[in-house]
Amino acid sequence: MMDTTWLHVFFGGLMALAILIYAILDGYDLGVGILMPRGNIQQRDQMIASIGPFWDANETWLVLAVGILLIAFPDAYNLVLKELYLPATILLIGLIMRGVAFDFRAKVSLDNKNTWDNIFKIGSLVSALAQGYMLGQYVIGFDSSWTSQGFSVLSAICVAAAYSYIGAAWLVMKTEGELQKQAASWARRCGWVTFLGVASVSIVNPIINPSVFQKWFDFPTALLLFHIPLISIALFVTNDQILKRIPLEKDFGCWIPFLGVVGIFFICFQGLAYSFYPYVVPGKLTMMEAASATESLEFIFIGTAIVVPIILCYTALSYRVFWGKATELKYY
Amino acid sequence: MIDTLMLSRIQFAANISFHILFPMITIAMCWFLVYFKIRLHTSGDPVWMRAYRFWVKVFALTFAIGVVSGITMSFQFGTNWPGYMETVGNIAGPLLGYEVLTAFFLEATFLGIMLFGMDRISPRLHTFATMIVALGTTTSAFWILALNSWMQTPSGFEMRDGVAFPVDWMEIIFNPSLPYRFAHTLIASGLTASFLICGLSAYRILKGDSKRAPLLTLKTAICVAAILTPLQVFVGDLHGLNTLEHQPQKIAAMEGVWETQKGAPLLLFALPDEKTRSNHFEIPVPKLASLILTHDSEGEIKGLNEFKNEHPPVAPLFFGFRIMVGIGMLMLLLSWTGVWQLIRRKSVNTLTLKAFLVMTFSGWIATLAGWYVTEIGRQPYLVSGILRTSDAVTTVPASSVTISLTLYLLVYTGLLIAYLHTLFLMARRAVEIEEISPQEQHNSTSNFPLHSSPMNLSPLLAKEPTS
Repeated sequence: MMDTTWLHVFFGGLMALAILIYAILDGYDLGVGILMPRGNIQQRDQMIASIGPFWDANETWLVLAVGILLIAFPDAYNLVLKELYLPATILLIGLIMRGVAFDFRAKVSLDNKNTWDNIFKIGSLVSALAQGYMLGQYVIGFDSSWTSQGFSVLSAICVAAAYSYIGAAWLVMKTEGELQKQAASWARRCGWVTFLGVASVSIVNPIINPSVFQKWFDFPTALLLFHIPLISIALFVTNDQILKRIPLEKDFGCWIPFLGVVGIFFICFQGLAYSFYPYVVPGKLTMMEAASATESLEFIFIGTAIVVPIILCYTALSYRVFWGKATELKYY
Repeated sequence: MIDTLMLSRIQFAANISFHILFPMITIAMCWFLVYFKIRLHTSGDPVWMRAYRFWVKVFALTFAIGVVSGITMSFQFGTNWPGYMETVGNIAGPLLGYEVLTAFFLEATFLGIMLFGMDRISPRLHTFATMIVALGTTTSAFWILALNSWMQTPSGFEMRDGVAFPVDWMEIIFNPSLPYRFAHTLIASGLTASFLICGLSAYRILKGDSKRAPLLTLKTAICVAAILTPLQVFVGDLHGLNTLEHQPQKIAAMEGVWETQKGAPLLLFALPDEKTRSNHFEIPVPKLASLILTHDSEGEIKGLNEFKNEHPPVAPLFFGFRIMVGIGMLMLLLSWTGVWQLIRRKSVNTLTLKAFLVMTFSGWIATLAGWYVTEIGRQPYLVSGILRTSDAVTTVPASSVTISLTLYLLVYTGLLIAYLHTLFLMARRAVEIEEISPQEQHNSTSNFPLHSSPMNLSPLLAKEPTS
């Protein structure tokens, strides 16, 4: 039989990439939703305007990630979604509510606008929490004991805080004036919560997962991983120092905090991926065990190799079109 | 107590029925928007911009609901139908994957540019972005219908140890029923969008909107509907012949034919009874079913009794088919009446406007009726001849499915009410205000009056123009 490991690794890598891009992109727009201030309608309008042109495409990365799981690792797809049946339902309802609220708010009367904004905020929060809970359950191997539930709740808070953190950093980059200052202070607070969350997950994870412990504390390879905690701590601290000084002269470097958070996401993701490779469901299924037929993988590989670079190009084009500070959102 | 299988079937039906309502509008409506933009470029008449501006809002709202309800679908296969992916995942997976790769990203990204980028890019580039979105939605329809058609008429695969493996991808994608289903569905989308445009435009006019834009969109959509309805009758007939060839049990149920017979009558009405395996209260038209289906008045039609235990439930197909065809006939009648009035009087009278208002969502009903016929018509199989629906269902406990189903139903009902309410609210607002951008005021030449001449609208003009 022909060696098809490269195909499995390719799709595993692509799925990881899609999840990472999703966490960054939909992360910031979910975060902006979570941060919406109840009392200030003008700020809410500005915040919505900053994510308006992007949220739909951002969410598509989730469909791609789930799609690759379904195409390349159907057994893992079935297993994960069966185990996470109710959290997945809640995630979907959250995503539905916030997605439509975004559009309804622009088309209804002022009273109803407040209602839809509330739905947008709650929907964003519920989606982020559900994703964090699902991540926790996934990491722990779908266990319903009290410790595992506690870990999943911790993970849920951690993800919601991280999304708020990147959302606030996005606002620092895309807005100006009062809102920008406000966003910087949100970002600092969310940054610290995220830091505590990431630190506790990093400590708890190897304690309850023996295989993860082995991977991280097996000398001398562990020395090569030393950069992961170091870089993330450095990024958290630098970001906090910059955010403290926002707005800088001539709005210099307003994009640095956002880039910093992207770096943190990247590093944390790398840590998670390293912990569980080559498992696609930790402790249960490896990529090779869960993979679908070679004929199918080859067929979709061709399309992926051609289309994904094109997608990245026009995504970049879209960010170029809406470059700079967000302006008033006009529907035409 | 209802079991997980039945609950999962209801949940899937609820999800997909709700979802399909919105793409059915957006697929064709985006081409309407492209047309408005092109007319704007070629004529320079700003009224096309105003037509675009109103309908792009309807489009954006509809599209958003379509996107989020579609995400649910990509999870459903795993949460409720694991057997589907286990058995035919090698084929279904890549087709869904190509839909995401070639359509979802394209439409989502360019939608952002189309909705919010008008001030940031040139007008022609904006029209181009609109066209890309239209192309994206149509491509998406192609892939999902390729998969759906393959489930109806599978080909280009082989079974090894109970699992389907691809042999020829061209045969899989262009399976026997795809061309007919694709054409039938696209035209249905065209009709759904046309009647929505007619209905809301008529509503604006009835509410005293004397501006040119609603009359213009009404005229455009009436003409499109008048062309598409007869075309749909023709394509629908071809699709029926294709179904007769590949899924005769579905046709037998649609026609309520129990015993194989030559010169079968067309039943205008009947009450099919699966217990006695016969019909009550038949109103037949002799030999017409054979004539339509075999193009020969003595042609043979296979009866349901040839497919005992292997045929779908009869009543939903029998009635679903009649509802779809009935609405199609009303659409034909109304659109041609509209065209006839436009030719004779250059306007549409109040009664016809009211009829269009009643028919605003007729496309939805016809679409759902048609989809129920084709999907229930595939039962008891999920994938014809390969996988039974009952073998694909999840082992998740019924209580979990009850919770998720209840949540979905609540959310969908709320959203449907909010959607309908908002559409009519937007229409009423448009009656009061006409949005003209400063740029447009600056550019527009005096050659184009903002309002129609009274002659055009004589029966409709009630109020003074508002701006």
